[in-house]
Amino acid sequence: MSELTLAGLFGTLVQRDLLLALRRRADVLTTFFFFVIVVSLFPLGIGAQPETLRTIAPGVVWVAALLASMLALTRLYVWDHADGTLEQLVLSPQPLVVLIGAKVLAHWLVTGLPLVLIAPLLCLQFDVPASALGVMVVSLLLGTPCLSLIGSIGAALTLGVRGGGALLALLVLPLYIPVLIFGAGAVTATAEGMPSAAHLSLLGACLLIALVLGPLASAAAVRIALE
Amino acid sequence: MAINIWKYSSPQTFYPLAGKLAPWFLGLAAVLALVGLYIGLLLAPSDFQQGNAYRIIFIHVPAAWMSMFVYLVMAFWCAVGFAMNTRLSFMMALALAPTGALFTFIALWTGSLWGKPTWGTWWVWDARLTSELILLFLYIGFMALHAAIEDVRRADRAAALLALVGAINVPIIYFSVQWWNTLHQGASVSMTRSPSMASIMLIGMLVMSLAAWMYAIGASLLRVRIIIAEREQYADGVAAGAS
Repeated sequence: MSELTLAGLFGTLVQRDLLLALRRRADVLTTFFFFVIVVSLFPLGIGAQPETLRTIAPGVVWVAALLASMLALTRLYVWDHADGTLEQLVLSPQPLVVLIGAKVLAHWLVTGLPLVLIAPLLCLQFDVPASALGVMVVSLLLGTPCLSLIGSIGAALTLGVRGGGALLALLVLPLYIPVLIFGAGAVTATAEGMPSAAHLSLLGACLLIALVLGPLASAAAVRIALE
Repeated sequence: MAINIWKYSSPQTFYPLAGKLAPWFLGLAAVLALVGLYIGLLLAPSDFQQGNAYRIIFIHVPAAWMSMFVYLVMAFWCAVGFAMNTRLSFMMALALAPTGALFTFIALWTGSLWGKPTWGTWWVWDARLTSELILLFLYIGFMALHAAIEDVRRADRAAALLALVGAINVPIIYFSVQWWNTLHQGASVSMTRSPSMASIMLIGMLVMSLAAWMYAIGASLLRVRIIIAEREQYADGVAAGAS
């Protein structure tokens, strides 16, 4: 059998995770509709004055994205942990950090990207000015990978732990706060006619830090969980 | 005779040492707290702007300092635990967490008690208050994760990793909250102005800080003794025999 290169293995792993997600379509759709429902609840709870809706839209969409991405995290490692795949990944001669990166990328493509794509539509429900829609998409595009990367640490730490779901929220949500602030801040700034570049740059910086440290910490957490 | 400090990196030998040291630290804490409260409540003059309400800083400021410092110490022991693979380091981190959470809670509580007469509100979404609240969540997350994992070795390492991730995040959270705050908050509350503080107030605050420091050391030494006793109950003789 021919030897896989690291890049080849990365691609194979992403492909495999995407295929598995496609086989369990319901899981993916649940997260997606959770996001849509949570966003739709706010006008019903707060009232539908366009003025209010416009003000709260960035925050509501971002908080819902946070919750949806957190909800999806529990499935990041759970199946692979249950059927032993995760153990094989740890035992493989390739660096675990890269393999974790592949899993997180696949997870983001399945759970994060759909949120980014549907968000402009939800923003229209909130009467957000068209000028801010683009920034919303960009901020989510930079921010949701952060959420997946940070969340992957929490998901690995709580592998096989009782009460995992609520515990995961407690661990991960405080770490999400900077992403929430910069992400929602960028959209709010644009909606108020101010430049959003600073927010987006900081969000990009968060993404870079998360890209470097997230897989490292996740790999360490997976090793701890499988010891 | 040189004292071999590494000797005390083992739970067996640290257990009696902690038992001997803890009462001293707690005693010092009590004395310093009495002196600090005497200075703070009786000697220090009342503030011309805030009246007597400001006196809560003698509890509030030390608690706020300790809440952040204890987290750093906790993260430090977690890092040492990873680097040197020592059981006692993880136990020390675990022993520090409740003390840190307690100080964080006291800082939040006294802060809101002070805020009511001074700002006219129990809570503002100020950068310091918000990051203090998040710090409390981090402490609770650390303890909850440790409590949720049955296997002690895994619990130690998982919680330690979380503490380290949190330690990297704390500055990011602090600055993000601060920036968010300056954007969103009107100039209703200004915490940046620093009124010149009478030196007697400063002395009172420093004495109280030392008291908080001594209490934190004493309390965590007592707690680490309990953790050692719990974990080593089947090992030879520590919990059963030595005092």
